[in-house]
Amino acid sequence: MSIENSGKPVTLTIDGKPVQAHSGEFLLAVAQRAGITIPTLCHHPALEPYGGCRLCVVDVTEEGWDGWCKMVIACQFPVKEGIIAFTASERVIETRRVVLDLLLARCPDTPLIQRLAREYGIEKTSYVPNPNPTDCILCALCTRVCDHIGVSAIATVNRGIGREVAPPYHQPPPDCIGCLACAEICPTDYIPYTTSSTSRTIWGKSFEMLRCPTCGRAHITVEQARHFAGHGGVSEDYFTTCDACKRKQMAGTFQRLQGVLPAAAPPAR
Amino acid sequence: MRIESPAAFAEFRKSAQAKLAQRRAEVLVCCGTGCLANGAAAVAEAFAATLDGSATEVKTFTKRTGCHGFCERGPLVVLRPAGILYTKVKPRDVKEIVDKTLKGGTVIPRLLYKEPTSGQRIEHYQEVPFYKHQTRVAMRRIGHIDPTDFEDAIAHGAYGGLVKALGMTPEEVLREVEISGLRGRGGAGFSTARKWRSCRNAKGERKFVLCNGDEGDPGAFKDRSIMEGDPHSVLEGMIIGGWAIGAHEGIIYVRDEYPLAVVNLTLAIQQARDAGLVGQNILGSGFAFDIRISRGGGAFVCGESSALMRSLEGKVGEPRAKYVHATDRGLYDLPTVLNNVETWADVGAILEHGGAWFAAMGTTKSKGTKAFSLVGKVKNTGLIELPMGMTLRQIIYDIGGGVLNDRPFKAVQTGGPSGGCVPEALLDLPVDYEKLTEAGSMMGSGGMIVMDDRTCMVDVARYFLKFLTEESCGKCVPCREGLHQMLAMFDDLVAGRGKPGDIERIERLSRGMQLGSLCELGKSAPNPVISTLRYFRDEYVAHLERRECPAGICRDLTTYEIMPETCDGCHACFKACPVEAITGKVKELHVIHQDKCIACGACYDACPTQAIRFLPKHQLAARGVA
Ligand SMILES: Cc1cc2nc3c(=O)[nH]c(=O)nc-3n(C[C@H](O)[C@H](O)[C@H](O)COP(=O)(O)O)c2cc1C
Ligand code: SF4
Ligand code: SF4
Ligand code: FES
Repeated sequence: MSIENSGKPVTLTIDGKPVQAHSGEFLLAVAQRAGITIPTLCHHPALEPYGGCRLCVVDVTEEGWDGWCKMVIACQFPVKEGIIAFTASERVIETRRVVLDLLLARCPDTPLIQRLAREYGIEKTSYVPNPNPTDCILCALCTRVCDHIGVSAIATVNRGIGREVAPPYHQPPPDCIGCLACAEICPTDYIPYTTSSTSRTIWGKSFEMLRCPTCGRAHITVEQARHFAGHGGVSEDYFTTCDACKRKQMAGTFQRLQGVLPAAAPPAR
Repeated sequence: MRIESPAAFAEFRKSAQAKLAQRRAEVLVCCGTGCLANGAAAVAEAFAATLDGSATEVKTFTKRTGCHGFCERGPLVVLRPAGILYTKVKPRDVKEIVDKTLKGGTVIPRLLYKEPTSGQRIEHYQEVPFYKHQTRVAMRRIGHIDPTDFEDAIAHGAYGGLVKALGMTPEEVLREVEISGLRGRGGAGFSTARKWRSCRNAKGERKFVLCNGDEGDPGAFKDRSIMEGDPHSVLEGMIIGGWAIGAHEGIIYVRDEYPLAVVNLTLAIQQARDAGLVGQNILGSGFAFDIRISRGGGAFVCGESSALMRSLEGKVGEPRAKYVHATDRGLYDLPTVLNNVETWADVGAILEHGGAWFAAMGTTKSKGTKAFSLVGKVKNTGLIELPMGMTLRQIIYDIGGGVLNDRPFKAVQTGGPSGGCVPEALLDLPVDYEKLTEAGSMMGSGGMIVMDDRTCMVDVARYFLKFLTEESCGKCVPCREGLHQMLAMFDDLVAGRGKPGDIERIERLSRGMQLGSLCELGKSAPNPVISTLRYFRDEYVAHLERRECPAGICRDLTTYEIMPETCDGCHACFKACPVEAITGKVKELHVIHQDKCIACGACYDACPTQAIRFLPKHQLAARGVA
């Protein structure tokens, strides 16, 4: 097979429904656009597919395969002309059940997992529940978002069942900028942090906050401003104004340009 | 010295061969890792020291070779041209060998291989059953050459295939590999020609040729033997591969635990570069190809192709989805061909002798020869190479000499940790990719572990599960959590704590892991479980429902006792017991004290009169003994 990431328009079939797409698009996105839901746990549209949770498995076949299906993960499978996908075949459902049953054993007290498991008819895990329940499902969304913004302060460490998300040597991570992206993306709210008008703490590291000169809100850490300034080639001051105030200022400029507001009017509070 | 053309190469080879022919005799001392561990270095030194003075007189040459395969009988010494094989040679035997055999022309019976069944001494290397039935292609030069001696390798045919390949078009080379029917020797048995062709057709200027020398299967050592014993065979294959697919860069990924392989490969690359066989304008053809070595990250999963490529990129060696093939987007997202060490070693021979020659060996769909490491409860253990299609019986009985201590055969585990167990009823199965897969096992990298009646199949499955549980990278849920839960169920089974429904739970989980896991590690991890359930289900039922281990291996379920009528007081069991749980004087009845016994079975295996038996623990408890 050669890569067909050419983006040609293609037609495929999902659960009997003809669907238009571009070749090389991921099946998950194509299905979502067609209104077909496929459950996911480790997927995020802003991040590269990861393929760790295996919840988005679907069956795929082609004309001439004699009904033989291969199981793939929708979040990473690039579509091409003529493929026929089944998102809820018996063995797809069964495989998702095994996955959720296993996750429920790992995370018996996690509401997200309990809810998903229940949707697949599992109230109680068939396996041995984790004696030390955790909420971390190891979806690696946190580490990937951290990589994505170019920080890579945390990573998954250890093999197999001992795998966990951690900063280097389990010490406060030197590279962390305290942006909270990891905590915010975490689907189970597993990553603890505190944030106030003066300081913020995450991964055992404390940060000093910058105040917005316009509204006075503490909205960003010093390290965050420095990091983004360093990356965008913009001055650090740019980041001291909070997003909300920046939006208002922009709106002001925009309206001014349209002659709606008098020129040089002071920005609203 | 650079060799500038095919004609110059032919000249060089002729002179290397002429030099060899001047030696009246050769003493080949196996210096493979196994023999070195048994003291081969001292033997080689003793030969060198003894012969140096008299070298002119006998014109004899000592050569340190790679692994002969029969490590169990090492250190091995072969005397050529007579072909005499001496086993378990000690430094103190050297003088006698020089005087009696090399100078005197008489053999020393004491050092010859003794056939275990007949007790007959066998003089010639070629007559020893372990070697007699073998056909060596990938390992064609191992044991015959000094792997550090470039001229020796050339005299024995190295790079002959490359010279031919460079005289052909890449398409003709591909065609030859296609005709050979060669399939990957590292695991899945994918068609080598098909892989090369996809990569050749892939868009892009920069392409890679990789060699997988990670060899992570516990107990496997074929790839190590090839890299250590004939590194030029690997280089030759890779250069030919590069020519065929249009790549100019090769990387050999070597397991970190193989320092000698790294040393020998590094030297070989240097030698080949000096000779103009690696680098710019190879043999004046205009073709450039360079090779470097990368040392592996150490984890088993790094042998998996996508993880290996990530590791080479300096990233964490974890697998990722392969919906786009590596031949299109592999290392650094560029077209890449990855083949196993043995696959590469076959390539040179195929080009040298022709695809049809290779395809004449083997079965309909599995051509040529295959290396296996034969271990476990078998008389002759070691590394062997055979034509595909030989039956398990021939391998275990003709080459392996049968089950150790002539115990009953129970099963043979093939294919490494995620392979399967093949029972006695299938002993006449011809060994090839298809037949092993049909039997619920696989070729894998060619591991074969022979098991006798003193093997519990539930325990065997648990052993492999344990290995895989420790090696799972943990990226995906079915493998990480599935193996963990599966092992927990097996821990319960062997301890007599199984719960109703466990077998069904195990089967369901196996299916989920096979379908849902990200990489082949997780997908194939249930194989040992499924194959033992297929052929030995009654053993699972016995463990689960009756709390019994029919083989008497699982310690929590088994007790041993001495039968008074049969015990003749020989005291053997007393000596064998590691925890002094047996009392009794010589010529008197011996007794096992259940409070001390750890049910290891050492006494059972030691008793010459079979006066010891094992029985389920609960029976003893019922009698009120324990
Ligand atoms: C967990 C895992 C470990 C593997 N380890 C090895 C290995 O050590 N050596 C090897 O050649 N192939 C190994 N493989 C197979 C490789 O992924 C790949 O198929 C092979 O190197 C291709 O070469 P071949 O076509 O010549 O066999 C492994 C596969 C898996 C899933
Ligand atoms: S901490 Fe949250 S985001 Fe990170 S791996 Fe665990 S569940 Fe996923
Ligand atoms: S199957 Fe196992 S080894 Fe492979 S990616 Fe998943 S967790 Fe890692
Ligand atoms: S969403 Fe596709 S594997 Fe997790």
